[in-house]
Amino acid sequence: MTMTRATTQRILLPLVGLLAVLAVWTVISQTIARDLPSPARTWDESRRYVLEPFFKDGEMNQGIGRLAFYSLVRVGKGFLLALAIGTPLGFLLGLSRAFHLAFDPIIQFLRPISPLAWLPLGLVIFQKSEPAAIFTIAVCAMWPTVINTAAGVRSISPDHLNVGRVLKLSRWKMLVKIIVPASLPYVFTGYRLSLGLAWLVIVASEMLTGTPGVGGFLWQEYNSLVYSHILLSVVTIGAIGFALDRLMGVVEARFRSA
Amino acid sequence: MAYLELRGLEKSYVTPRGTTRVLGGVDLTLEDGDFVAIVGYSGSGKTTLVSLIAGLLRPDAGTIVLDGAPVTEPDPERGIVFQQYSLLPWMTVFENVALAVDAVNPALGRTERRRITDELIALVNLTPAAWKRPRELSGGMRQRVAVARGLATRPKLLLMDEPFSALDALTRATLQDELLRIWGERRSTVILVTNDVDEAILLADRIYPLTPGPGAVLGPAIDVGLSRPRERRHLSLSPAYQKARQGIVEFLRACRRGAA
Repeated sequence: MTMTRATTQRILLPLVGLLAVLAVWTVISQTIARDLPSPARTWDESRRYVLEPFFKDGEMNQGIGRLAFYSLVRVGKGFLLALAIGTPLGFLLGLSRAFHLAFDPIIQFLRPISPLAWLPLGLVIFQKSEPAAIFTIAVCAMWPTVINTAAGVRSISPDHLNVGRVLKLSRWKMLVKIIVPASLPYVFTGYRLSLGLAWLVIVASEMLTGTPGVGGFLWQEYNSLVYSHILLSVVTIGAIGFALDRLMGVVEARFRSA
Repeated sequence: MAYLELRGLEKSYVTPRGTTRVLGGVDLTLEDGDFVAIVGYSGSGKTTLVSLIAGLLRPDAGTIVLDGAPVTEPDPERGIVFQQYSLLPWMTVFENVALAVDAVNPALGRTERRRITDELIALVNLTPAAWKRPRELSGGMRQRVAVARGLATRPKLLLMDEPFSALDALTRATLQDELLRIWGERRSTVILVTNDVDEAILLADRIYPLTPGPGAVLGPAIDVGLSRPRERRHLSLSPAYQKARQGIVEFLRACRRGAA
């Protein structure tokens, strides 16, 4: 089998990029930041966490697969909560001018607030770290869903709405048959961005609540001076974030072409 | 009282650069079963007129009465075939047509509504494509779906807004022939709006020229003295065809000279 030049480049060049980053990392760990473990040392000290991803020695000493699973479940709950609140909110904003005028300023005001600010508030409201973490994820992650859904509703072609008007469809039929399917591509773009944000927030919320997961592990290992495990966590977080985005990209593309 | 009566329809659009008077008092009278065409240059207000009759726009002045009832809002009794098809891309051919069938037949059972939908799809020769989505269809096939959907509500009046202008010439001819056949079977009242004089003569009983705007009005009706069923092949040779064509073209040219 012969590979075309383009395919070779597509496989080879990312490897070159990866090697370059590893090289820079090695140089930094040998020179300006001598506390930073080199790639080789990081792998050496993390080997067991990766090769036996599901071992469990204690609450905060578990394989990386297990830790990632805890984080994913938490993000999943927060993300679903964000969709459950954000989607109807987005449709209301897009459909009703009055609702838009009433709530758009508040949304623009709440949107830039950092997860670090929401988390203590969540702890005050729920008194427990787990619901506080989920609350924080949801409240930070829902905005792209809200805004994209509203934009999707507003961008529906007037021709498509006229089809419904001429047939005198009921409000419900209009929503189910025309407005919702017409805005789905935008809605799913919102979902993809929301999932990205939810994953971004998990680390902050686990750090502050000390709950077991990749972010909690990262913070604990920093406090225990096991710096190689910080890097292990960082790589894991990046890999999972990348995979989630790709996954949602596939889902989104399906709705875009429909 | 006539079946459809338009009296003094006026419509202006307010733009940042001032008010544009599109229609300046359109009058039209139609009897049940008429097939009339309205012919005019692009931009003379044809689509505005269709939107007014459909009830999608409100006139600034004037009245529309269909079968004794004033037109104030859109209604399935006035079917429309849009220039850009306006099929819902997330629905199959069957679902697009069924949406209209179901909307006007809520009392009928599921199997009966399905039968009507299948029948309409067969009428426009799309049975093999019934489960395809619009993006898998050619322009001609899409417009057939739009025709089936327009007929699905058994409208008192079918409005067609330049229905074939986005199609290539060969496909356009095929669809015109099919429309002749379908109209022969269904005999609904049709207003066809077009910028194609030959299309108007081939299809309509009567043709109204729409004067170039601003403030467009309908010129005097020109009767197409051609018997039905019509055959495209013999048409252009007949004296009646020549006469109708000359009448419309000369009227529109004269309007344009007067305006310029």
